[in-house]
Amino acid sequence: MGDYRRIVSRVQLFVTCLVDGFFPDVGRATVRLLEAQGCEVEFPVDQTCCGQPAFNAGYRDQARSIAAHTVAVLDETEGPIVVPSGSCADMLVHHVPDLLPDDPAARRVADRVRELTAFLVDDLGVESLGRSGPDVCVTYHRSCHGLRNLGLSGQAETLLDGAGGVDRRELQGTEECCGFGGLFSIEMPEVSVAILEQKIENIEASGADVVVGGDVSCLMHIGGGLHRKGSPIAARHVAEVLAGES
Amino acid sequence: MTPVTFRERANLDIGTHKAAANDVSARRLHKKRAVAAAEFSAFESTRDRAREIRLHTLAHLDRYLGEFADSVERLGGNVFFAADAAEANEYVTRVAGEEGVSLAVKSKSMVTEEIELNHALEAAGVEVVESDLGEFIVQLAGDRPSHIIAPVLHKTRQDIGSLFRDELGVDYTDEASELNAIARRHLRPIFLSADMGISGVNFGVASTGSIATVTNEGNGRLTTTAPRVHVAVMGMERLVPNPADLMVMFDVLARSATGQRLSVYTNIVTGPRRPGDPDGPERLDVVIIDNGRSRVLSSSASEILACIRCGACLNVCPVYRVVGGHAYGGVYPGPVGSVLTPAMAGAEGWADLPYASTLCGACQEVCPIRIEIPRMLAELRAEMGKESGFGWLRTGLAAYSRVASHPVLWRAFLSAGAVFGKAAGRDGWIERLPFHAGNWTDYRDLPAPASESFRSWWRKNRAT
Repeated sequence: MGDYRRIVSRVQLFVTCLVDGFFPDVGRATVRLLEAQGCEVEFPVDQTCCGQPAFNAGYRDQARSIAAHTVAVLDETEGPIVVPSGSCADMLVHHVPDLLPDDPAARRVADRVRELTAFLVDDLGVESLGRSGPDVCVTYHRSCHGLRNLGLSGQAETLLDGAGGVDRRELQGTEECCGFGGLFSIEMPEVSVAILEQKIENIEASGADVVVGGDVSCLMHIGGGLHRKGSPIAARHVAEVLAGES
Repeated sequence: MTPVTFRERANLDIGTHKAAANDVSARRLHKKRAVAAAEFSAFESTRDRAREIRLHTLAHLDRYLGEFADSVERLGGNVFFAADAAEANEYVTRVAGEEGVSLAVKSKSMVTEEIELNHALEAAGVEVVESDLGEFIVQLAGDRPSHIIAPVLHKTRQDIGSLFRDELGVDYTDEASELNAIARRHLRPIFLSADMGISGVNFGVASTGSIATVTNEGNGRLTTTAPRVHVAVMGMERLVPNPADLMVMFDVLARSATGQRLSVYTNIVTGPRRPGDPDGPERLDVVIIDNGRSRVLSSSASEILACIRCGACLNVCPVYRVVGGHAYGGVYPGPVGSVLTPAMAGAEGWADLPYASTLCGACQEVCPIRIEIPRMLAELRAEMGKESGFGWLRTGLAAYSRVASHPVLWRAFLSAGAVFGKAAGRDGWIERLPFHAGNWTDYRDLPAPASESFRSWWRKNRAT
């Protein structure tokens, strides 16, 4: 892990497939946050997906094909690769090199990958962002792969607490899984939503208006559950809140 | 119709009284573990050491099994290696016949559940009584254990009070101490009249031939000392090299299991009664069982054999908490069972178990041996996916893989999604989708795809 503080000017954005197709606001917020720190953001346009859906479902050949493409695209670029997702960053850092053991580019790419909040706090030394959005009452869900596989340890909370106008409430069981689990959510939907119900109970008990996370995949599941039951609580990515868009 | 998949079994229990009792107790055990871990400053380094010992033992299992067997025989015990459940049951039944046993008392043992020893003995005319309180309740209720260390985690005290009233003819009570006393009164004469005690083995010590069992009820100590014949049944992986290693296991086992520094009864039996000993069994037989473990040892899931059966991975697992242990179908529930059962028994009937996980990683985080359960679950999915019942993923993922490997197709895919998003979404949410996608929308709403993808926005606004 290098210290990018002095040398960073150019960063690569690996935006993730879900942000690309479903949540472009998260991508735009990520760009704004990085640019506000003086980064020059590049978006390698041939990027697609990290391959995690196929990998976690056990379809390794399919995952390998996607991962090989992504590695080839990213390896042609320079500088840190910033990912607004702990789960996809974990895939690129830990699983892709295992899937492509004979491809040295996979290891090179893995070494450059940074989850967004860890990049801001650990690499750029950001603590306060000077957010200028409407006041918002939030609670933060620590998604599993960022927490346990990347070892994220409160960077997002640091940023939220240092941003202006954010009232952050504790989330009981914040380190408990939300029940999404990738394709698990449609393989075993009843189990998935039974776990989600516990998460939603805790979110509601927090008193927050917005549940914030670092992974749009979990937020899609949590937000979908909240919306189905008619809850006024919204689910937002941490980048959106920090950029003042929520 | 008998449920045949994890999903079907889970759906029978989700939201029931049984699942709620399970969730409360699993969380209580998890919390106790957290307290015990926090107060023991050397816990993390002791876990590292425990992992080293267990992996070392597995790497040299043949040698340690030989040493253990020699040690037991030197002490005057008999050792029998059983390739499978049938051989093990036949051996124990034969010992019961030789010794004229009509009543056997058992302390808690997962491996005898695995081989269904009770059925075999009962078929041979031997009455078998479970003496672990939880197992006793399971036996009375004609139920199955739902947790590795707490067989009736899915029952409340009230459930047990009703069961005792109905089955033992006592007055209803839901006081834990009174329930304990009822079981004790019922079991005490059985201990004293049983001809054979059957125990599991938490750890066998290779260098000394000792058998360590840990309990909180004292029933294990009575089972292994009061009857004149003691049969100890163990999975072939349950060894440590020497007594110092055993102490390391004790340092992590009870803390991980129940949050205790040490279990109330930590029992180390070294051989049958020697001349001059005041008590102990006249005959000791140790039955060491393979039953699929050799297959596991040479597989990608070999590390699961390092498990010391504390149950911490169950208590923390979000899936286990909401479905309970019975949904897993086999003897070993929870994350460890989702690896162990298919790895031991093969894909047939069990290939969906590795999918019964969100891969959240909480199991590995609490495992005293730091066993890489999520990695093995993902590998078993890769090996057994075809037989898992989730074959319908293949078509979709094959198509997705093609699209996501070619940027031109990917752009077209996102453009189509944007058109679909504009058309299908009401307020930006999709409430109903056909086919397997309905597995999402039957239970929660789906955000509609964006009407303009990120890359499309980037191309218009940022691309140079």
